[in-house]
Amino acid sequence: MIKARTALAGTHFDMGNWACAEGAIAAGCNFVAGYPITPASEVANYMAKRLPQVGGIFLQTEDEIAAICSVIGASWAGCRALTVTSGPGISLMQENIGFAVSTETPIVIIDVQRLGPSTGVPSIGMAGDIVQVARGSHGDYQIIALCPESPQEMFDLTIRAFNIAETYRVPVFLMADGFIGHMREQIIIPPADQIDLVERRVPTVADPMKRQDFLDIGVAPMPVFGKGLQAHVTSSCHDEHGMRNLTEPAVMHRYVMNPIQKILTHRDQIVEVREDYVNADLVLVTYGTVSRSARAAARLARNQGLRVGTLRLITCWPFPEEAIRKAASRVNNLLVLENNSGQLYPYIRAEAAHASRVEFLGPQFLGQIHDPNAILEKVKEMLA
Amino acid sequence: MNATVHPLRKYARPHVTRTTTCPGCGNGIATQAILRAIEELDLRMDDFVFVSGIGCSAWIPSPFFAADTLHTTHGRPVAFATGVKLGLPEKHVMVVSGDGDLTAIGGNHLIHAARRNIGLTVVLMNNGIYGMTGGQTAPTTPRGISTVTSPYGSLEHSFDIAPMIVSAGAAYVARWTTHHPRQLTKAIKKGLTKKGFALIEVVTQCPVQFGRASKLGGAVEILKHFKSNSVRIEKARKMDPAELLGKIVVGEFVDIEKPELSSEWTRLIHSMREGRQ
Repeated sequence: MIKARTALAGTHFDMGNWACAEGAIAAGCNFVAGYPITPASEVANYMAKRLPQVGGIFLQTEDEIAAICSVIGASWAGCRALTVTSGPGISLMQENIGFAVSTETPIVIIDVQRLGPSTGVPSIGMAGDIVQVARGSHGDYQIIALCPESPQEMFDLTIRAFNIAETYRVPVFLMADGFIGHMREQIIIPPADQIDLVERRVPTVADPMKRQDFLDIGVAPMPVFGKGLQAHVTSSCHDEHGMRNLTEPAVMHRYVMNPIQKILTHRDQIVEVREDYVNADLVLVTYGTVSRSARAAARLARNQGLRVGTLRLITCWPFPEEAIRKAASRVNNLLVLENNSGQLYPYIRAEAAHASRVEFLGPQFLGQIHDPNAILEKVKEMLA
Repeated sequence: MNATVHPLRKYARPHVTRTTTCPGCGNGIATQAILRAIEELDLRMDDFVFVSGIGCSAWIPSPFFAADTLHTTHGRPVAFATGVKLGLPEKHVMVVSGDGDLTAIGGNHLIHAARRNIGLTVVLMNNGIYGMTGGQTAPTTPRGISTVTSPYGSLEHSFDIAPMIVSAGAAYVARWTTHHPRQLTKAIKKGLTKKGFALIEVVTQCPVQFGRASKLGGAVEILKHFKSNSVRIEKARKMDPAELLGKIVVGEFVDIEKPELSSEWTRLIHSMREGRQ
């Protein structure tokens, strides 16, 4: 761990998108590429102004495909790199998100989600991309995604996203949405010397055939370009040295499985949840913006003598299956709240339904924040 | 027994002993032109990052060249290379890829990199067809030629790449054929020393796919075709368009000085740092 070099320390009142950008600056981000898109544009706009002040570069690309590709290229050039977009941009980036997974490239992708499918409603938030960020690129892989619930967490979790990306050499998603991206709230930024950052490990052996650059479940140091390391980087099936191999079944197996295992064996260090359901009869299971309504609903319920708790998934990928099983083993009723038609619901049900009753509630109208009173009504119905 | 070692072997990864190109392919000529340019400029492989896409010519640097190499997804090498160059402005970043990769699926990135005048050297291998996937029509396939995806003859017009990239804003654009290895080497040298976006279009032979589709024949026949149909740009400028039908205009299409993107970024960051002190 090293300390941050710069941070805009103090108490601020600003947008989630602003907090995200300042979080990236504090995390040492020095390369951002993006394409204008609502409701994510403020991050790029602000970065265009802010990055050169701290020695970084902002590139407005011709499309989101170029954004993700140049960010991956910059990461291999030694930069801490980020791209920011919304659902339509993620759809365009998907092929090369797979490239980042396959080549074990640390990058951070900010997804300020909006209502879809397709062009949908640009300015309305919705958790529409939760499954597409985990399963949208072809082939088999695991992804890491974090779900902030406030502007403060857009700052905190952007730093955490960079740290996870550097620790495990992976792309990491921050799953914001139009609501918290545009929400203004108090944001407390600590002084730089109180922000811990993970430094990138770079190999010292010059010959790539005498070192392991890829497929290490324990995470190999990254042979970044420009240091005479003769790195060979390809997203085609490759061995531990990065050399293409399309003939050996054992290599193909490791090429797919080791990056998956790299994430799954570190699941305990990666997954973060907030549990507040001691002695509860019902748990509201949420992630992201909806967590705010869930807390309000739990408070309303407790005021009426109903024992309602909350379980918030800060990490939605890798899927926090243990936290779900634990809640199901202790509480008889799980109510899953999502601002979509139920994207994580099947995953939660799969882990919980053997031990607990599991139901789903979306907002009255998709794209609206859940009304705590509507949640309370459903709670009463389940506990009746 | 003393083994004869190719004088350019020193630029290749020692453990790579084979290439993937078919007999008669133009990749070998371009490989030698690139490595001769590097040798004649007295550059080291550590001065380079090579970026390539998908297709036969993307295999010229990867895995052969003993340097940092990034073998990317189809059509995207220029976009990846843009990030590499902005992160490592002091390095030579060379893109080697084909006409399908760089002008069909990746055409947008190519014209925008030229517009930005970012300091990349792009060696674009134009064989007029998709070789690796089995001889499909490319945006560069001459009109009328029958391929597996235009069995009744291609109805579409083809791209004229070099002038297109001049219009897009590149600082240096040249086109040569594999029948012009010396001129090609010189153009690559010029591209590498140019501060700005440099495109070297290499009109090259694919005897296996294009030779069959065009009925031009094998490698030797196609090279002879290049020889007898190439017209220097200086001469072409004085010719009627009708006279130029079916000809390959070769030479330097543009060679100008204009601000280069990565050094403009270095300048901006430096001036902001100075301003703060």
